[in-house]
Amino acid sequence: MGKSVSTTEFNEMLKTLAGEYRIFAPKRFVHHGKCTGTDLIRYGEVHSLDEIEYKAKSNFSLKEILHPINQTIFYFTETEFSEPATENKGIVIFARPCDINGVFRLDNIFLHNGDEEDYYYKKPRDKVRFVMMECTVGFENCFCVSMDTNKSDDYHMAVRFGGEEYLLDIRDQFFIDVLEGVGEDIEFTPDFIKRNRVEVRLPEIDRMPPAMYDHEMWDEYSTRCIACGRCTTTCITCSCFTTTDIANEDNPKQGERRRTWASCHIEGFTDMAGGHGFRKKNGEKMRFKTLHKIYDYNRRFGKGPMCVGCGRCDDACPVYISFSNCINKVTSYV
Amino acid sequence: MNNPYLPKPYHILEIFHESETEFTFKLERDYEINFGQFLQVSLPRIGEAPISVSDFGEGWLEMTIRAVGNLTKDIFKLTAGDKMFVRGPYGNGFDMSEYIGKHLVIAAGGTGLAPVRSMINHIYRDEGVVEKLDLLFGFKNPSSIIFNRDIEKWKEKFDTMLTLDEACGLDGVCEGLITNYVKDVRLSEFEKMAVIVIGPPVMMKYTAGEFVERGVPEEKIWVSFERNMSCALGKCGHCKIDETYVCLEGPVFNYSKAVKLID
Ligand SMILES: Cc1cc2nc3c(=O)[nH]c(=O)nc-3n(C[C@H](O)[C@H](O)[C@H](O)COP(=O)(O)OP(=O)(O)OC[C@H]3O[C@@H](n4cnc5c(N)ncnc54)[C@H](O)[C@@H]3O)c2cc1C
Ligand code: SF4
Ligand code: SF4
Ligand code: FES
Repeated sequence: MGKSVSTTEFNEMLKTLAGEYRIFAPKRFVHHGKCTGTDLIRYGEVHSLDEIEYKAKSNFSLKEILHPINQTIFYFTETEFSEPATENKGIVIFARPCDINGVFRLDNIFLHNGDEEDYYYKKPRDKVRFVMMECTVGFENCFCVSMDTNKSDDYHMAVRFGGEEYLLDIRDQFFIDVLEGVGEDIEFTPDFIKRNRVEVRLPEIDRMPPAMYDHEMWDEYSTRCIACGRCTTTCITCSCFTTTDIANEDNPKQGERRRTWASCHIEGFTDMAGGHGFRKKNGEKMRFKTLHKIYDYNRRFGKGPMCVGCGRCDDACPVYISFSNCINKVTSYV
Repeated sequence: MNNPYLPKPYHILEIFHESETEFTFKLERDYEINFGQFLQVSLPRIGEAPISVSDFGEGWLEMTIRAVGNLTKDIFKLTAGDKMFVRGPYGNGFDMSEYIGKHLVIAAGGTGLAPVRSMINHIYRDEGVVEKLDLLFGFKNPSSIIFNRDIEKWKEKFDTMLTLDEACGLDGVCEGLITNYVKDVRLSEFEKMAVIVIGPPVMMKYTAGEFVERGVPEEKIWVSFERNMSCALGKCGHCKIDETYVCLEGPVFNYSKAVKLID
């Protein structure tokens, strides 16, 4: 059902939600950007509309709400492991269509790869309600239309920002109840972006030709890529992590096991005892990531590519490596 | 909700010193297990490491650990009666039905013998399972030989060849790399054969290559991979090669698949 609500009414709704939900949205952190004088936009908890940065693309994705950068998975003593207490509140996330699609990619890895569901991802994931932020113009480096991720109907409520009133498409009984008697009933369905400035073509093949793995196109990345991993930390669909134990400084017999984001683009990802590892060249790391994003994942799950075309990797790369460009190169060579 | 990351404590029943750097830990067990599977062993404060099950029986299992780093060195401080934290078992392991009634050849290098030991012992106890079993083992030098007590036993029943990279002179021991001795392994009609090659990556590559060179079809050869692993549950991504997760679909692979995996 459609509704038009005022700023006050929207804020009232957020206030009502705050009792039972933590509300996450892109927020602007002034002067925290990667260059002097720039801001950082990332997800954080919000309580009112003026905290939500809906005009710009967030530098980091929403994945850290479900898969934190760093998370304690247990506390231990010498004889016992115990789980940390968990948050009982529900989670409302304001997200663009690409990122909602991205979360379903994460679901495949964390919930459907192998026989076991990932306990730490599933807990918050089960509590999520999406408020889709209508996205019709896109940003520099976005190529969601090519990836078929510019649209989503997996939302509980959609919102159009920017006008006098906020236009809502409400799909979920929960939000219908929350907004009972509020605002004005109208016809509204969100629009989606139809064309990005950047377009990619995906390879249409059954099997990646073996020659692609050591194709000379990767050499360029060996020279340019500095293996900083920014492209993967900002990526909504990168899910890898490493677990590490940390002993308490005061009482080294106790401590915790943490898991932390890891990246195939960073040195040491495949190292084994004795130092033997794979993909030592940065071009090989780029090849591994690229094929995962546009080929391996789809072969495994048969649900299209992993990459959702958010373009954050291109936004973040300090040496201006363009992933969309890389995909197009692969396609032209296969 | 089940938390598959949570390790459980099990009593260490016994510890055997295989060599200066390799100990076998015998643990209580209350779960099913297959040949060639592995566990995630935890040492609180240090971390976790994937370790193969090197033998198992009613209510117990063994793991043979080589001291190479932080966890694998510290774990040697545990003594019988202590508890060890483990979770698992993980991985596919060997599908015994592929080997039943066949002429099976197992070529193992160094600690690579650990993951196949339980299967060899199984065949030793129940000889009729395979048509015949030939063993080819390679170690660096006399002090790196592990499972001496088993090998002596196996020699009685199976055609066993032991090679040392850097020495010779011992009873029935030949000198040189294991790959040089593939030519001396007897082969049967390929349809009735199965070959398992297991050891360090380079050893597996060249040894399996030698068998292929001798005409053994890739489909008749199996290998077991070792990769960096954090979760063993298909989530952390460390063990992924192409669309394959070594912790889920491996560590045992048919060679026809293994040669196509590009790291
Ligand atoms: C399926 C499988 C079966 C194995 N079976 C055995 C066995 O039966 N006996 C045995 O002694 N060893 C075995 N290993 C190797 C063993 O896991 C490593 O030697 C061990 O992880 C080294 O840990 P460390 O802390 O002592 O080494 P360090 O050098 O201190 O640390 C190595 C770092 O790499 C990480 N790492 C993750 N995976 C591996 C890996 N596969 N090898 C090395 N480091 C890794 C560790 O978590 C750690 O952070 C097996 C590995 C795999 C994948
Ligand atoms: S690979 Fe780049 S464009 Fe694709 S989802 Fe990840 S960050 Fe976005
Ligand atoms: S952000 Fe750029 S330089 Fe850094 S790892 Fe990714 S491709 Fe390489
Ligand atoms: S070990 Fe984590 S995915 Fe295989």
